[in-house]
Amino acid sequence: MKEIINDSTALEEDTQKGRFLTFSLDKESYGLEIRYVTEIIGIQSITQVPELPEYVKGIINLRGKIIPVMDVRLRFKKEPRGYNDRTCVIVVDINNISIGLIVDSVTEVITILEEEIVDPPQMNKGVQNRYINKIGKVGNDVKLLLDCEKLLTEDELEDLHDAL
Amino acid sequence: MSEYLNEPMLEVFLFESAQLIEQLELDILSSDNKKCYTEAAINEIFRIMHTIKGSSAMMMFHEISGLAHSIEDLFYYLREDKPECIDCSALSDLILEGIDFIKIELEKIRNENEADGKATSLIEEIKKFLSSLKKENSSKNSIKTKQQPDSGEKQYRATIYFEDGCEMENIRGYTIIHNLNDLAKEIYHIPKDLIEDEDSIELIRRDGFIIYLKTELSYEKMFEFFNQTVFLKDLELIQLEKDDEFLPVQSVEKVERNVQLLSEERSNAKERINDKEIQSNSHQSIISVNVAKLDKLMDLVGEMVIAEAMVIQNPDLKGLELNDFYKATAQLSKITSEIQDMVMSVRMVPLSTTFHKMNRIVRDMCKRLEKKVELKIIGEETEVDKNIIEHISDPLMHLVRNAIDHGIESVKEREKKGKTKSGVLTLEAKNSGSDVLIIVKDDGKGLRKEKILKKARENNLLYKKEEDMSDREIFNLILLPGFSTKEKVTEFSGRGVGMDVVSKNIETIGGTLTVESGVDQGTTITLKLPLTLAIIDGMNIKVGESIYTIPTISIRESFRPREEDIIIDPDHNEMLMVRGQCYPILRIHKMHKIDTKVTRFTDGIIIMVEQDDKILCIFADELIGQQQVVVKGLPEYIRNFKKIKGLAGCTLLGDGRISLILDIAGILNVK
Repeated sequence: MKEIINDSTALEEDTQKGRFLTFSLDKESYGLEIRYVTEIIGIQSITQVPELPEYVKGIINLRGKIIPVMDVRLRFKKEPRGYNDRTCVIVVDINNISIGLIVDSVTEVITILEEEIVDPPQMNKGVQNRYINKIGKVGNDVKLLLDCEKLLTEDELEDLHDAL
Repeated sequence: MSEYLNEPMLEVFLFESAQLIEQLELDILSSDNKKCYTEAAINEIFRIMHTIKGSSAMMMFHEISGLAHSIEDLFYYLREDKPECIDCSALSDLILEGIDFIKIELEKIRNENEADGKATSLIEEIKKFLSSLKKENSSKNSIKTKQQPDSGEKQYRATIYFEDGCEMENIRGYTIIHNLNDLAKEIYHIPKDLIEDEDSIELIRRDGFIIYLKTELSYEKMFEFFNQTVFLKDLELIQLEKDDEFLPVQSVEKVERNVQLLSEERSNAKERINDKEIQSNSHQSIISVNVAKLDKLMDLVGEMVIAEAMVIQNPDLKGLELNDFYKATAQLSKITSEIQDMVMSVRMVPLSTTFHKMNRIVRDMCKRLEKKVELKIIGEETEVDKNIIEHISDPLMHLVRNAIDHGIESVKEREKKGKTKSGVLTLEAKNSGSDVLIIVKDDGKGLRKEKILKKARENNLLYKKEEDMSDREIFNLILLPGFSTKEKVTEFSGRGVGMDVVSKNIETIGGTLTVESGVDQGTTITLKLPLTLAIIDGMNIKVGESIYTIPTISIRESFRPREEDIIIDPDHNEMLMVRGQCYPILRIHKMHKIDTKVTRFTDGIIIMVEQDDKILCIFADELIGQQQVVVKGLPEYIRNFKKIKGLAGCTLLGDGRISLILDIAGILNVK
């Protein structure tokens, strides 16, 4: 019984391997491993929660489940932009924590072969690099591949530094 | 040691064993208190150990079954030979040690670790104890054994009364007859027709179930046999001397109609009475349900309440004349609220198990600290939500430990002070409105204010001038992190992480903790807990674009203030004069930095809230209305940031919007 489950999860992971959901912020195109993604929804009315960092916009009601939403633009310290009907919320599940990521627009799901993925260039400065763990090449385009777990965890450190 | 072949079976094993162990612990502790093991207790312990042995062997936990086996052996000896000189407390220690071992192993299994503990030394000890017992009692033993083998047929009359309300007395009687078939040669019973005759239940209830039998077994053996009957209330077993006494059936016949011999009703169904049924006082039929399922049901009922509000308060209905519709919705509301109450009551659990766990702690600590403490338990039948029980077990344990370790003095000291030798620790639970109060009270030396203040000074915990502090504020200092008045860290308490963790735990479930104390009079710690966590009556208010919910229970009144009642002191603290009393005002839009057009008091509304005798006026834009809301925690991600000041959680409104629930106690304490 267990083996079957294991098999099927292995299979599932196999089909998901190398597949990325791409979205755009400003001019850049980002990629997100598809296994994290639960669903994509349009922008909803957001309830603000006080005393949170600016990039956590608040909470939304996703069919009875209350999940927080994060504006990825603000997370990456980009200029805020008003939401429109292209704005999407990508609901991801990272280590059993559900969170919505607000992005400018979702592009497509693509497969990036392993050999097309390279390490990001080493830069001594720049905050951006923290959340990007790989860079994928698709034709002539470059997709910045996000490290989802860092997206959630990194900020605690950051907050501590802010407080000090 | 074992593979997890069968998860549901393992779950049942864990559940059953945990329950049996709990029962066992209670039995031992009560026997230990009485300083003797009654026959009933010995039988009970024997039976529990037997069950654990069987089930753990089946689940391939050999260490547990080995240990259970050795304890079973010990109690078998106690039961059969009834030795007179038993060292009760040594026996209790031994068995409790065994219980602890099994508990730890069960915990390991539950956490999917290998149950790798070794019980060999414990088993050795038990064996040693048993053999020394045997030696001491060997003289008596030989007499006993001589008595045993007196053979020859004997005749008995047994009258059995079942407990009231155990139901199906006829079937139970039938089971007894069944089991007797193997032991006795001739059996007659009244009423005769158990299964077919519907009156038999009534007869058994009224006159008892009477059995005449012939057997070779001794009186003790027969007595023991009948005593194992489930739901036995009363047993009368008489050995009959003469043959003619054996069948006074004739005389009974007139009353009970034609009684005939029953002998051919031997069937080969070998149904043993399930040990589970022995769990005492389960008069009604009870099923155990996985808590996760209950939680799910709770959630669903919550969703239903919201959905109901969505339908009834649907904006599409505005302005329509719908008399019949509203009649129907009233009915619906009634049913949903009944379902809600039902689900809540399902989740309510009496505090007794939690309280009785403390017996063990008290006993262990008294032994080790050489103090004498009597534990008094009042109101154990008080029920609270399952969730809450889970949260208070550890804090309560800590408070009890603290009370014994720091509070209650040693026997000598108590005598010097002219107190009774043994200290009294009272655990009390009672309902008060929508709260449950749990009181932990000792009659020990109490808290010394100077000592607390000194310690607070050393640790820089004083937040205001010593002279300005009330007794209560001083006592509350002990709840701060990093505070421990005990100079030395002992095995049980005094690491200074205690009380603040306790009060945090209590706060997370929306409760409060107060400390009262008098020197040499003892300390009283009162926990005030909400009855339930899940559904509250709330008043929805609007501030800017945000909606907040205030628990109705804390609201005293709401009104639009008059300009002239508002006072502003030189520090720009705003206050409001109501009927000659002055109360502080809290602007929610300021506290949570919300944009709103309503900033003048006279444009908005004041909601006066009260908690723990403290009163505060909350200023909001407008009232939206009252509604039952299902409390949901803020998402984990947000909670990981920090505890947001003044928010207890959030909830969904009828239209799908989210409202934030204000934590009144939290706000008031910050003030």
